[in-house]
Amino acid sequence: MSTTVATLPAVGNPVVHDPSGFDLPRSHKALIRWHVYIAFAAMGIAVVHGLAQALSYANIDVFGWFPGLKTYYQGLTIHGVFNGLVLTFAFANGFVSLAAARGFSRPLNTGLLHAAFWTLIGGVALASFAMFTGRSSVLYTFYAPLQGHWTYYLGLALLVVSTWLTGLNIFVTLRAWRRDNPGERVPLLGYVSVATYAMWLLASIGVTVEVVVFLLPWSLGLTSGVDPLVMRSLFWFSGHPLVYFWLLPAYISWYMMVPKHAEGRLLSDSMTRIVFILFMLLSIPTGFHHQFTDPGIGTGMKVIHMIMTFGVFFPSLVTAFSVVSALEVGGRRRGGRGVVGWFFKLPWREPALTAQLLAMLVFVLGGVTGLINASYSVNQVIHNTTWVPGHFHLTVGTAVALTFIGITYWMIPWLKGRELWGRGLAVAQSWIYFIGVLIFSRGMISGGLEGLPRRTFRAAAPYTKETWDLAGVWTAVGGTLMFLGAALFLLILFMTVFFGKRNERQEIPFTETAQIPARTGWETKLDRFGWYVAAAVVLILLAYGPYLITAFPPAISVPGFKLF
Amino acid sequence: MQIHRYEKAFLGISVVLLIGFMGALFYSAFGMGIMLPTDEGQIDPAAVRTTPPFDSPGVRETAPGKYEVVMIGQAWAFVPNEVRVPAGAEVTFVGTSTDVLHGFGIEGTRVNMMLVPGQISRLTYTFAQPGEHLIICHEFCGLGHHVMYGKVIVE
Repeated sequence: MSTTVATLPAVGNPVVHDPSGFDLPRSHKALIRWHVYIAFAAMGIAVVHGLAQALSYANIDVFGWFPGLKTYYQGLTIHGVFNGLVLTFAFANGFVSLAAARGFSRPLNTGLLHAAFWTLIGGVALASFAMFTGRSSVLYTFYAPLQGHWTYYLGLALLVVSTWLTGLNIFVTLRAWRRDNPGERVPLLGYVSVATYAMWLLASIGVTVEVVVFLLPWSLGLTSGVDPLVMRSLFWFSGHPLVYFWLLPAYISWYMMVPKHAEGRLLSDSMTRIVFILFMLLSIPTGFHHQFTDPGIGTGMKVIHMIMTFGVFFPSLVTAFSVVSALEVGGRRRGGRGVVGWFFKLPWREPALTAQLLAMLVFVLGGVTGLINASYSVNQVIHNTTWVPGHFHLTVGTAVALTFIGITYWMIPWLKGRELWGRGLAVAQSWIYFIGVLIFSRGMISGGLEGLPRRTFRAAAPYTKETWDLAGVWTAVGGTLMFLGAALFLLILFMTVFFGKRNERQEIPFTETAQIPARTGWETKLDRFGWYVAAAVVLILLAYGPYLITAFPPAISVPGFKLF
Repeated sequence: MQIHRYEKAFLGISVVLLIGFMGALFYSAFGMGIMLPTDEGQIDPAAVRTTPPFDSPGVRETAPGKYEVVMIGQAWAFVPNEVRVPAGAEVTFVGTSTDVLHGFGIEGTRVNMMLVPGQISRLTYTFAQPGEHLIICHEFCGLGHHVMYGKVIVE
């Protein structure tokens, strides 16, 4: 396969607009850096709570040691919001902004960059107030009629607005680039950045309506009640594509940057664009597979969403082939032979690569377990058991988080002009986290199959089953290793920022492709974002329309309960 | 666009695999009759205790060999919190919530549904063997969520 990979011409490079040296204004670099700091500060707070929750599954109760923490569920809310929303949104806003700037080889809009950052800070501040004072221990899914404080809902809404402002920034950059380069193919790195945010902007409509139209006025006492099922459905309208908003920034790295660390080449430009189009089309009309066990929603709708969910698995399978083949090119160039020999020849001492290779390996298990979750009748066996967090600590908790860590290993040195501190330790950090999550998820998944409920303070529960004990021990041991891995990463990040060796001569890695984008024919139509957004809207209307017609205006009105 | 023949083969196998899995699921649903909860109608969540069948929660035989178990989820208990049903009988669980969301999962079985205020949940299951199973509230419902459980005794 490697013999077919030609050296690309430097002129008219299709991956980024201008492959020669690239730099950003200092203020832009600082803002992107601070997005990353906020992301990992949130992770730092979240993983402390995560450790306590993992220990609870082994019946070890350390919650008395947390100053100011009133309940297990307050900690669980902080864990979910800081990891699932703040870490991911802040990192995506920073990283994908940089990817778009590099792809289009031009700086982003300064005002929008500032606006996105300060909106994020405002959101984190409000949500933190609500969570740390115990006013909103309603978990990150905030299912009504449990009623949080209005600052919680407003804070989360601002987090979403910060992603909109980042998306807007990327879109105006695309527009400016198109104005200057009429008739040119959109550079691939810019393309995937635009597609990621286009998908999420469309997807975030559901939760925005839920929070702004219903929950915020309700929490302020302006309305008397909300319809719990409609709220839940609006949440999952956004809640499943949220998974892809977590994942696609990682995919951007896997496609567009990881092969570079391994001297690999991406085979197909068009296939990459098709994958991101499929995510735009199929990410959203899938939400009911989170509500398979809900009443009030017909099985017909559930079957449709099951089929769509299986559909959105397809672009991930394409990705598995594309990314692995790109890595294989690199492994063979480095002297690897045989069916799997190339894999061991990859530069495993490169921290940015090792973290992301391990993330990919874990994602195989995450994909398999995810498909099981989506499997209609099979879902009844595992719904709301620890199987589910066992699954998503493999996906968002590792495939995404460990990829973000790997990206940070080159991105912070580039943004800060300092070399990575402790390269050997960084490689070890990824392995510790990797081994940790395998043990942790083994525990959660086996416990879930035995009916161990998720989101439950097990150390204080009056009921138990013998088969849960070993599962709980695995969970606690693995969770402790994950905590150690995350803590080591934070140490490396801190030392790099303050004590890393100064080096301003670094480059942003980007993968080259073996095939230059087509100049004529149907493939040029892949750049018509508007068509695909329109098609996505049609699919959403088909998948959600029949439900929404019956659900609006909501018939049930339930007052708020503050049972936490 | 050139697609490598290995990639074509890989994608072909992927599509066949996904369709095969879906075929198995369709068979489980329509061939084996394993159904998910569906739209069973709405109820005024403030008037649950005066609305049939929730005005008299518990077990009743609806036909020979067929039983209905009516259960209310509330913070933080199931009402009733223990039921007895015969092995081999077709048991239909009917539930709703008087306050917030609750989960209704019977460990060791596929009985798993959400109790949502305003909605009626219904699921039918046959216990093959006598024994005891926990009924677990598996959706976060507030401070006492982890003390909310019940029991099914199959005789």
